[in-house]
Amino acid sequence: MTVLDIQGLSVSYGTPRGELRALRDVSLSVPERKIVGIVGESGCGKSTLISAIIRLMAPNARVRSGTVRFNGQDLLALPEARMRGLRGTEISMVFQDPMQTHNPVLTVGRQMIDIQYRDKRSKADKLKRAAEMLALVGIPDARARLNQYPFEFSGGMRQRIAIAMALMARPSLLIADEPTTALDATLEVQIIKRLRELQDEIGCSILFISHHLGVIAELCDEVVVMYAGEVVEAGSVRDVFHHPAHPYTRALLECDPGHIKEKTRNLPTIPGNIPDLVSLPGGCIFADRCPQRHDACTEHPVMSEASAGHRAACHLIKAGAPA
Amino acid sequence: MSALLDIKDVVVRFAVRGGVFSSAGSIDAVSGVSLSIEEGKTYGIVGESGSGKTTLARAVAGLHHASEGSILYRGQELRDLPEAQFRKLRREIVMMFQDPIGSLSPRLSVKSLITEPFRIQGMKGRDLDAEARRLLAMVGLPPEFATRYPYQISGGQARRVGVARALALDPKLLIADEPTAGLDVSIQGEMLNLLARLQDELGLAIMIITHNLNVVRHITDRVGIMYLGKLVEEGETDTVFSAPRHPYTLALLAANPEPDPDAQLMRIELQGEPPSILNRPKGCEFHTRCPFAQARCSTEVPLWQIAGRAAHRCHFPASWEQDKACPA
Repeated sequence: MTVLDIQGLSVSYGTPRGELRALRDVSLSVPERKIVGIVGESGCGKSTLISAIIRLMAPNARVRSGTVRFNGQDLLALPEARMRGLRGTEISMVFQDPMQTHNPVLTVGRQMIDIQYRDKRSKADKLKRAAEMLALVGIPDARARLNQYPFEFSGGMRQRIAIAMALMARPSLLIADEPTTALDATLEVQIIKRLRELQDEIGCSILFISHHLGVIAELCDEVVVMYAGEVVEAGSVRDVFHHPAHPYTRALLECDPGHIKEKTRNLPTIPGNIPDLVSLPGGCIFADRCPQRHDACTEHPVMSEASAGHRAACHLIKAGAPA
Repeated sequence: MSALLDIKDVVVRFAVRGGVFSSAGSIDAVSGVSLSIEEGKTYGIVGESGSGKTTLARAVAGLHHASEGSILYRGQELRDLPEAQFRKLRREIVMMFQDPIGSLSPRLSVKSLITEPFRIQGMKGRDLDAEARRLLAMVGLPPEFATRYPYQISGGQARRVGVARALALDPKLLIADEPTAGLDVSIQGEMLNLLARLQDELGLAIMIITHNLNVVRHITDRVGIMYLGKLVEEGETDTVFSAPRHPYTLALLAANPEPDPDAQLMRIELQGEPPSILNRPKGCEFHTRCPFAQARCSTEVPLWQIAGRAAHRCHFPASWEQDKACPA
């Protein structure tokens, strides 16, 4: 069963310079009870993708084509009132900056009661549930801490509270947008471990966005690699990280300093810049930075299967070249 | 070789204003740090948020006042040096700030930005166009960047402009605060390669402040690991990485997930969150989070122990095979 199924999604922004094609023909799916990671660097379209899924897009954004199916219904065709009913109950989200997700002038307890406004239960019941959720994400002495304000918590604690709030309604899909980027490394591993345990317990699916390959490798079941607004590779974490089929994925893995065991004073990089999304070059989107560029690359490659369940958009796969 | 910079027992103290329910007091953001940087070498200071690494760097650059200890630069005491005299030294000790775009004035062109140090230091009679071209070439940017403004350049390019500006006056010591924070992995390497190259070419000493161990591993000669304003371990980079002794160093090394789903995890998991420096734990300050803490750790302050090519502050340091030959 697929919880989220995106097919052929293209989103553009209207800019003074012309149409900026931020997402082009993006397809991906999140199966039930799985954690799917999206990895990509700045400008790859991660944030546009999320805002399209939850339909909180910038005013100048426009969906050109495609469908976003959530448990069978097309979110893009849903009336706004129905969409609003889904957000926070069926689909919830954890944002990047834990320092700015909470209202600074209300206690954490008050905020956690407020988000249960749809429930008909008593205030005492709601408070009890809030305390249970805080305990679940590993905040000691939860009951007492409900009376505190966000500034009384550290960054790691605030991100746990954000996760507790997102999971309170037991959603079927949690979207986490770089939830550990603003945290220190030792707290990052704590949060990731907790997220994995909670996912197991609540049984939700998670769409996890990150630029940190190590975190994706550790947490996710499947991974989608995006580059300049397109999906370039998708498959199980094991397939993609052990046998990357797209030259961009390979380069990205090589650049990760966690990957380089030998001390070197000359670290690998990916030369060049991402293409201008207003005036797109024809052919393969990665061609001008690709070390394996050849004649076929003037034509846009389609996603083809590198192995079962592992696909990448590169001409070298069809040519049978070793990945 | 004599040290270019010699820091001894430096304390940077900030006054804390009393609130309604609390009395006024002070906190030691940097609490007795000693280290030295030799000419032409790189030193990495690693620590998480609030560990005092940036405060230490700013104290060296004369932007914070050190309350105790001494900061010797080529034998000259920098602590309590009057600003007028410090100003002259800013040709030799330069700082590169954390936020690459925010640290560049939005209303100045790249040329004005990178030649501003000459104007500030009153170095007249220079061909600023030629200097701008020279500096841009040094950091690998094309000459036409001189006419651009900060909003027209990317984060990675802004960092390069920051480096060019820092190097304008041919300094001896560059302090780089989080030089790669916020950069994508594919260009992080470019920045580090650039720093390594400039060090080789110009004989520059570099102090790199970062929270990312992977960053310092490749380009530093020595590292110091900070926790709550103190060094918990310091030594030659290779030694600290191959045989870390302090549990916090071990945890930091293990907290960096590898891009390999089948990686064997030897994870040292820390408990809880870092304590507040307003309320420092007794004994070893790390014992509240340490997975190996014992009774002694909560009462007795561990001493600074020098073991071979590194030193640490721990009652029960990790032991490694190669250390058996030279007992600590």
